Amino acid sequence: MRVAVDVGRCRGAGLCALTAPDVFDQDEEDGTVLVLDPEPPPAHQQAVVAAARLCPNSVISLEDT
Amino acid sequence: MDKPAGSLPTAQIPRQRKPTARSGGAELRLPTTRESPFDPPAEYRRLQDEDPVARLAFPDGSHGWLVSRYEHVRALLADPRISSERALGSNPVREVPPEARELQQIRPGQFIGMDPPDHTRYRRLLTGQFTVRRMNALVPRVERIVADHLDAMREMPRPVDLVRAFALPVPSLVICELLGVPYADRAQFQRRSRTLLSMTTDGPTLLEVRDEMDGYMRALVQAKRERPEDDLLSGLIGRTDPPGRLSDEELVNIGNLLLIAGHETTANMLALGTLALLTHPPQLAALRSDPGLVEQAVEELLRYLSIVQFGLVRVAKEDLEVGGRSVCAGEPIVASLAAANRDPRQFPDADELDVSRRYSPHLAFGHGVHQCLGQQLARVEMKVGFRALIEEFPSLRLAVPLSRVPMRDDMFVYGVHELPVTWDEP
Repeated sequence: MRVAVDVGRCRGAGLCALTAPDVFDQDEEDGTVLVLDPEPPPAHQQAVVAAARLCPNSVISLEDT
Repeated sequence: MDKPAGSLPTAQIPRQRKPTARSGGAELRLPTTRESPFDPPAEYRRLQDEDPVARLAFPDGSHGWLVSRYEHVRALLADPRISSERALGSNPVREVPPEARELQQIRPGQFIGMDPPDHTRYRRLLTGQFTVRRMNALVPRVERIVADHLDAMREMPRPVDLVRAFALPVPSLVICELLGVPYADRAQFQRRSRTLLSMTTDGPTLLEVRDEMDGYMRALVQAKRERPEDDLLSGLIGRTDPPGRLSDEELVNIGNLLLIAGHETTANMLALGTLALLTHPPQLAALRSDPGLVEQAVEELLRYLSIVQFGLVRVAKEDLEVGGRSVCAGEPIVASLAAANRDPRQFPDADELDVSRRYSPHLAFGHGVHQCLGQQLARVEMKVGFRALIEEFPSLRLAVPLSRVPMRDDMFVYGVHELPVTWDEP
């Protein structure tokens, strides 16, 4: 799995960092998404899928690798 | 802002469309009468099944739409073709008193009533202050505040009103410390929030309260300009970079917005959530026996209770289609969060409170660019608050029958006016 984000769409709600904290964090200045691990191991993939679906601005896209 | 005011004069909004025919011929008004204290009005279920994007009559005589299914509400709130700014003049519950029309004018800093890019600029200035990381760092302080209030409550003569002893003061103190608002002033700002968020406040009183809030926050901003402290307001005041530099008027409006939103909503979730748990004993027992469920329980209570009870209003910026119906540019649309969160198409056993419900993509905080800025703070307060209350008061129970608990049917944010509770001596 490969994780990509469109930071321009991000409004810092934080659902990704809440749902998949091993993979997402937020910028300290403006709260926008940071990807900690663009190729998360299987153990985190379920949380990443949930985070992508929860995101209120469809910032996160996932690709199979 | 040099943009035109948010509300369109009503005459400019096209409303020639005929209302949908309904049984009895009456026009559909926003359903507001609840059959039971925890459930949205039953009319929403009928609408979801038969008329999911329904023609809606507004109290001022205008017409728009009511969207009640989860998938439509979610898609609509994320649609860039809708406007929050132009929806300021549309109230589906009450006609805005003529004297208070100026309250519908957008003011600098009031970003919840703005569209991108104005909204984006303000939001970006604030989101860094409400990240998951920052809110998690507040946990020890919130735990202390919760423990202090529960200790004080234990010494009070029973029955105790849980709203006054716990649900309202905890988030009030937390937001005061975060913003840098003196907690000693709580009686004033709590009263003003209550007056502003009531459906029955008359026009002159609304303006009076608005002016009081402005005066109060202006004095606070000026004091912090002279003597900055370690708080969010001082931080905003201290910014001198071009995107971050804010006028006093912007700071006053942002400060008041965060102060109201920061205590009123969480206070109602804490009190109403406690009432829901006390009246669903198996759910309370499940949470008590497994405190690790508290995070799921918080999400489930948010879904089940949907305290933004009348939904969110937007206006179509252009012609668009919602659930197969054609919405014209300029028409207001009410997205019912409460109905969406009980949509059986999305949530199995949607009307059941189930604290062990897993993945719950509820819309209690809204969706799209305006989704609640303070949601991670609210989560922390609820997690800490419910967990400690349940642990510290194992015999907590209602002191009156459920039918005697005064519900906030008359307020834009649902909840309880009072919650008389009692418990056994240890």
